[in-house]
Amino acid sequence: MDTAKRDSVTPQAQAILAAAQRWRQQIPGDLHEHIVEALYGQAARLTERAVSRPGHAARPTFDRTLDRILTSRVWGFPIMILLFAAMFWITIAGANVPSALIASVLIDYGHPWLKGLFGAVGAPWWLTGLVVDGMYLGTAWVVSVMLPPMAIFFPLFTLLEDFGYLPRVAFNLDRLFKASGAHGKQAMTTMMGFGCNAAGVVATRIIDSPRERLLAILTNNFALCNGRWPAQILIATVFLGALVPASLAGLVSAAAVTGVALLGVLLTFIVGWALSRTVLKGEVSTFSLELPPYRPPRLLQTLYTSLIDRTLFVLWRAVVFALPAGAVIWLVANVHVGGDSLAGHFIRVADPLGVFIGLNGVILLAYIIAIPANEIVIPTVLMLTVMVTGAPDMGAGAGVMFELESHEAVRQLLTAGGWTTLTAVNLMLFSLLHNPCSTTLYTIYKETRSAKWTAVAAFLPLMLGFLVCGLTAWIARLSSF
Amino acid sequence: MKRADSANSSAASPLPVAPVAAKEACASCPVYRAANLKKLGVALDSWDYVVALAGNPNTGKSTVFNALTGLRQHTGNWPGKTVSRAEGGYAFDGKRFKLVDLPGTYSLLSTSLDEQIARDFILFGQPEVTVIVADATRLERNLNLVLQVLEITDRAVVCLNLLDEAKRHGITVDDRQLARDLGVPVVPASARFGQGLPELLQAISDVATGKLACRPRRLETEPAAIKPALADLVARLKAVYPDLPNPRWVALRLLGGDDSIVEALRSGQLATLQTLAAPQPAGTHG
Repeated sequence: MDTAKRDSVTPQAQAILAAAQRWRQQIPGDLHEHIVEALYGQAARLTERAVSRPGHAARPTFDRTLDRILTSRVWGFPIMILLFAAMFWITIAGANVPSALIASVLIDYGHPWLKGLFGAVGAPWWLTGLVVDGMYLGTAWVVSVMLPPMAIFFPLFTLLEDFGYLPRVAFNLDRLFKASGAHGKQAMTTMMGFGCNAAGVVATRIIDSPRERLLAILTNNFALCNGRWPAQILIATVFLGALVPASLAGLVSAAAVTGVALLGVLLTFIVGWALSRTVLKGEVSTFSLELPPYRPPRLLQTLYTSLIDRTLFVLWRAVVFALPAGAVIWLVANVHVGGDSLAGHFIRVADPLGVFIGLNGVILLAYIIAIPANEIVIPTVLMLTVMVTGAPDMGAGAGVMFELESHEAVRQLLTAGGWTTLTAVNLMLFSLLHNPCSTTLYTIYKETRSAKWTAVAAFLPLMLGFLVCGLTAWIARLSSF
Repeated sequence: MKRADSANSSAASPLPVAPVAAKEACASCPVYRAANLKKLGVALDSWDYVVALAGNPNTGKSTVFNALTGLRQHTGNWPGKTVSRAEGGYAFDGKRFKLVDLPGTYSLLSTSLDEQIARDFILFGQPEVTVIVADATRLERNLNLVLQVLEITDRAVVCLNLLDEAKRHGITVDDRQLARDLGVPVVPASARFGQGLPELLQAISDVATGKLACRPRRLETEPAAIKPALADLVARLKAVYPDLPNPRWVALRLLGGDDSIVEALRSGQLATLQTLAAPQPAGTHG
């Protein structure tokens, strides 16, 4: 097809191209500059004729004062961190009650009812297990755990975005990105990544230079995506919040989650720095960043769009992936080969490695099952732990995901599964540092058209995860933590 | 410059005057009847006209898009939010319009992917109308893009958006002067508050149906250094492709060694471009 096209290039077209080629060599100076100069000149003339500014109308003082504070060298970063920490705290504190409520409806009432229904029509045990205990419970868990935090977090984030704060964050981070050898616009794609890494990868199209775009794609995974927020929030609440008095628990949990998110940003710089000094060498391009005026966000519209665009969209995706994953979990726990289930075999083999890096076999298996969607890591871990510890009174049988009544119950179960504070900390770290979900990987492949860079994007964070978790475990053991 | 002005004003050109007409005339105008606009969202399987939505980043393109289509594309207060095309539709005055929201760009001259998407659509997608959303508070920089778009297509409407903010900053823009200078309709608007949208719809419709003929002002001062080269190439292009709507722009890009234009010439894609002089019959794109 391509060669056929080339053959059919008409002689007239050839002649035009040849003429253009000849002229190009005769034009003195840079043609691009000539054109841009003419363009800017005309734009300036037209503007002068049409626009009038009475006196010296600068930006309103409110905007300028706010900018001076929010992008100040001294206050910029503390305010940024405080704002995000406050957002997480509101999310954590506000999500508990609705989460429990939804869980009680879907799981305490919905699950037995559905099971009774299947029993009444005489469905075989494996069908009931696969559909009700696997697919239904998996999905119900994802909905009850994810919906409330997202319904709080996304509107807050959108309000901040509509107000015009994000470009200020980019402005603050620009110096750091430049120092690391990356493009300043990467601050934007990182912000997108905090919502969804696949969206963040697509957003790198705003970066012109291929080198810097690749850097932004490879490091986008270090922005904690919303599929991973629930795991962070739950584990921080259950294990780290429990270390301090109840009055401080929310603050400590929020601080821990903020810490992990900041570690991700830090790693973006470190990895970017390392890559741009080794395999992705090159100049940093300059660009102009526009600080748009602050606009009062419109509350109702924000609520509506963030619910439709983000919350329901993400939830739908999670449900679509949770359905088959729930079935897979039930199957690996209930298909027995040589006296043990498939899950049992894997966990036994992987456990030494897992424990060595401060995790365990259950967590490693959960991360494999959860490749399509990070959202289901925690339910998978809980279900497999029940199976391994043989604590039938706490769960609902092998391969059955469930919602435990309280955080205390989750803690007891995981502790019975061999969890310590170290395991919790490392799970949070590993949740930040592992391969991107399959959707993101596919997006990376589509954007880079390179299997090699897609593989790098998958294994680089995974290696880092093993390294950081191993290091943390080593330090913890040294200090007999 | 002078000559063009007097020609425009003395001929009482049908051009930019209609959409910015005095408010009192509008009370009886059908534009104001809300029933005339039917937001179609994505439910659009055939259409009469294609409308492209271009503009600098963060000028409210997505807000305009949402207001017209009833879709809820996420709008964010930061530049670079839309990196790919979004499509939606609406019906106005009995005609169906397909609206394509292009990525926001400062220019169409560089080679980044978002600029290419925008430029290729305006050039090869041959929309019946290209709406350029411009930020009234930063008109000069926005005009850089407007002028570049007008080099490619002459069927354009400028939506002078964010007038509420301009007012807040004490800036007034003489939209009629601007419309005369640019040679295309200029519609003042505050899309966030729904102001100016009826006029915009009418202007789009008028340009699409050919009721309003645009005579865009092209760059008047060609750099002396490239004049002979440009004249020669334009003559050659016109001889081979008499229907090409924008030979001067193509010549400029060829001189600049623009790969995708060179490729379009080689593959014959350029030959398929035609001047959209007459209104398109319904269903051409369906």
